[in-house]
Amino acid sequence: MSVHSLSRNHTLFKLKLYLLCQILIFDKNTDATLQVDISDALSERDKVKFTVHTKSTLPNFKQNEFSVVRQHEEFIWLHDSFVENEEYAGYIIPPAPPRPDFDASREKLQKLGEGEGSMTKEEFTKMKQELEAEYLAIFKKTVAMHEVFLCRVAAHPVLRKDLNFHVFLEYNQDLSVRGKNKKEKLEDFFKNVVKSADGVLVAGVKDVDDFFEHEKTFLLEYHNRVKDASAKSDRMIRSHKNAADDINRIASSLYTLGTQDSTDLCKFFLKVSELFEKTRKIEARVAADEDLKLADLLKYYLRESQAAKDLLYRRSRALVDYENANKALDKARAKNRDVLQAETSQQLCCHKFEKISESAKQELIDFKTRRVAAFRKNLVELAELELKHAKVTTVQLLRKSS
Amino acid sequence: MADTVRDPPPDGTDFHELEDGEELFPEPAAAPEESQPASLPAEDISTNSNGPKQDLLFDDDPEDLFAEATEEVSLDSPERDVLLSDGPSPAITPITPPTSVITPRIGHAHDDMFTHSSFDEIEEEEGGDSFDIHISVSDPEKVGDGMNAYMAYKVTTKTSMSLFKQKDFSVKRRFSDFLGLHSKLASKYLHIGYIVPPAPEKSIVGMTKVKVGKEDQSSNEFVEKRRSALERYLMRTVKHPILLKDPDVLQFLESSELPRAVSTQALSSAGLLRMVNKAADAVNKMTIKMNESDAWFEEKQQHFENLDVQLRKLHASVESLVCHRKELSVNTAQFAKSAAMLGNSEDHTALSRALSQLAEVEEKIDQLHQDQANGDFYLFSELLGDYVRLLTAVKGVFEHRMKTWQKWQDSQMLLQKKREAEAKLQFTNKPDKLQQAKDEIKELEGKVQQGERDFEQISKTIRKEVSRFEKERVKDFKTIIVKYLESLVLTQQQLIKYWEAFLPEAKAIS
Repeated sequence: MSVHSLSRNHTLFKLKLYLLCQILIFDKNTDATLQVDISDALSERDKVKFTVHTKSTLPNFKQNEFSVVRQHEEFIWLHDSFVENEEYAGYIIPPAPPRPDFDASREKLQKLGEGEGSMTKEEFTKMKQELEAEYLAIFKKTVAMHEVFLCRVAAHPVLRKDLNFHVFLEYNQDLSVRGKNKKEKLEDFFKNVVKSADGVLVAGVKDVDDFFEHEKTFLLEYHNRVKDASAKSDRMIRSHKNAADDINRIASSLYTLGTQDSTDLCKFFLKVSELFEKTRKIEARVAADEDLKLADLLKYYLRESQAAKDLLYRRSRALVDYENANKALDKARAKNRDVLQAETSQQLCCHKFEKISESAKQELIDFKTRRVAAFRKNLVELAELELKHAKVTTVQLLRKSS
Repeated sequence: MADTVRDPPPDGTDFHELEDGEELFPEPAAAPEESQPASLPAEDISTNSNGPKQDLLFDDDPEDLFAEATEEVSLDSPERDVLLSDGPSPAITPITPPTSVITPRIGHAHDDMFTHSSFDEIEEEEGGDSFDIHISVSDPEKVGDGMNAYMAYKVTTKTSMSLFKQKDFSVKRRFSDFLGLHSKLASKYLHIGYIVPPAPEKSIVGMTKVKVGKEDQSSNEFVEKRRSALERYLMRTVKHPILLKDPDVLQFLESSELPRAVSTQALSSAGLLRMVNKAADAVNKMTIKMNESDAWFEEKQQHFENLDVQLRKLHASVESLVCHRKELSVNTAQFAKSAAMLGNSEDHTALSRALSQLAEVEEKIDQLHQDQANGDFYLFSELLGDYVRLLTAVKGVFEHRMKTWQKWQDSQMLLQKKREAEAKLQFTNKPDKLQQAKDEIKELEGKVQQGERDFEQISKTIRKEVSRFEKERVKDFKTIIVKYLESLVLTQQQLIKYWEAFLPEAKAIS
């Protein structure tokens, strides 16, 4: 099978995601007033098309149930619109889903197609199956990430009412959100640089409120450690996958040895080869499950903790602004000039700061609850899966060897 | 084919299970065999204790290979020793207890690899002396300092054979002594067709590190690798009935002082001579075209060629696996540390505790991976490496046969020429030259006959050797792969234990 036909098949790779909620890191919101999910996804040459399905009893929508097709850029647009909206400064904005990245997988498929001549037919089919499974796994993951984002927005008491969100869900034409061009990307980059520099300055300001002070230190440390844990877990899982690949090759070699050998060893080798084949599949599954339950969890909380940090930053920023406005007001009063202006601006800052503080507190508490629940769910599932796989492997090994 | 591979044993009982088709992995369709002990080692166990072994985790296979292993994962299993000390039973190879695989870490676990297989060499010995010898190489010690330093190994022999003066003795040997033994045996036996097991390879880099005195992980591993290789080498050598009786071997095992084998040094004159000879051989191999009259040899050579290729490939894959597992172990350890840190910074107490537990579990798992990697290596990878080298020796033996044939043909051709010369001389009047020619012809005739006899002899020897080799190969592979699988099972069971311990902690997060 040539690479072209392979890739053609993948351009039309469709997937029905029935039990997607199983892979979710976040418990699906079962609120009847607004339920969002991704019911279907289509992977094309270089983009993925998600079918966003909404069920709602809210009066804002024309129908009770409808679907639209969205692409990754549109999700990003929605996320950015939240971030840029001053009204939402006091909320943890659900982190944007990562870009679907099939490059690595596609490259491997390419290499496989090129190397087709140099391996036996069985090896080729086996490797192709594996790569396809990998592709499928990445696909499922990216869909899950996008769905989690939407569900979080739908579950948030304020964000779910956002107009852009409703447009996103309902408008069945293309939203024509072009990706950022170079100039805008550069602007973003500078904005980020300024923000991080500012963040450092602002972080130095000690907070009056103990709760927030504690949260600040906690989040900073937590974020760094989650980053580290996420990287290390990725490495561990990659080694695991490599080991599984090796077992695959060993199984094929044993098979060849078995077919060639003329002594009693021949049947023995064939059996052992089969055994290795089975254990390899399980090892690969273990790696995949670890990836899903552990690595993805950590990656997600890396992004969430960043979002929480961003919230704290905004609050600190608002606090600094408030304090500056106070100072300006005092100065204006002293000079008795532009007092009204200074007063209104101070009022605004105060109001803004208090609003942010209030919602931030709740948001951070919710964040903790969500985090604990997610970790619990995933760790339990991880342990259960590991147990299951280890038991299955043991049974396989024992059964085969008698 | 089965007949030519195995010499029919005088006492057929030992191989009955193989001949009946009752192998380690019987087909599910072979119903009648289910009633008998289904696996080679289980034969030993089930006769002794069928009852208590029934309550296993997996009831489907009461007579499976790993009956012992599933029963208890705890590391002490006293009943095993009872089974093993049953003496040289007619059954083949009882399984070594799980203990020997887990402890110690870089183990002498594989010591036992050869112990039990020695029990069934009985019918091979024409002398009536039961083959009962166990050699272990241990206690590597660094002797001397600097570049003249070397590692001395203690070679312990435990035997009940009458061939030896004592039952239990040990000597100190260094690596070059082993090489010396091999070169002596090779020069005596290779050219008449005996497959002499090759000695472990020299490693200048490895030895230099040890000499320089770096007491680190890699040089320890190197010494351990070498020690284990030397042990396997000696056991293979003594398993050969002819080599066992060789005086050099006996001297090696018994005498406390051994003349230093200088000719094994790489840069000595003997070493250089060896290199030249090797080059000459390579050229000769290309130029000898033998008229193979015996299809058996041709087939066998082809078979060994294929086997060589396959084994090399498999060996490479297994080495890669060992490497990746070691990597996995390192990465898991790092992750464990990271998870512990994360647990520390987490302020929800239950979650924090769970994360610390996770870190501990992962740490234990990393240890497990390390052990498994060692198992992979010492059991599987080294076996393959040994066989790749053995196959080179086998090929060498075939080449010697070709050389013998060549010699025979050469002397035959020379004889032909001399006869023609003699015929010509008959017409000239040179009586003394004629006599000389006649003498030469007589001599050559003798040579030709000798050449023919040599060729027949080597062919016969090779046939026997090859069949012995194949038998050994089958046994070795089966035993070791079974052991390896056992180690895999143990790893999985340990994993189960660890995760089972973790699960309630994870569930306790509220």
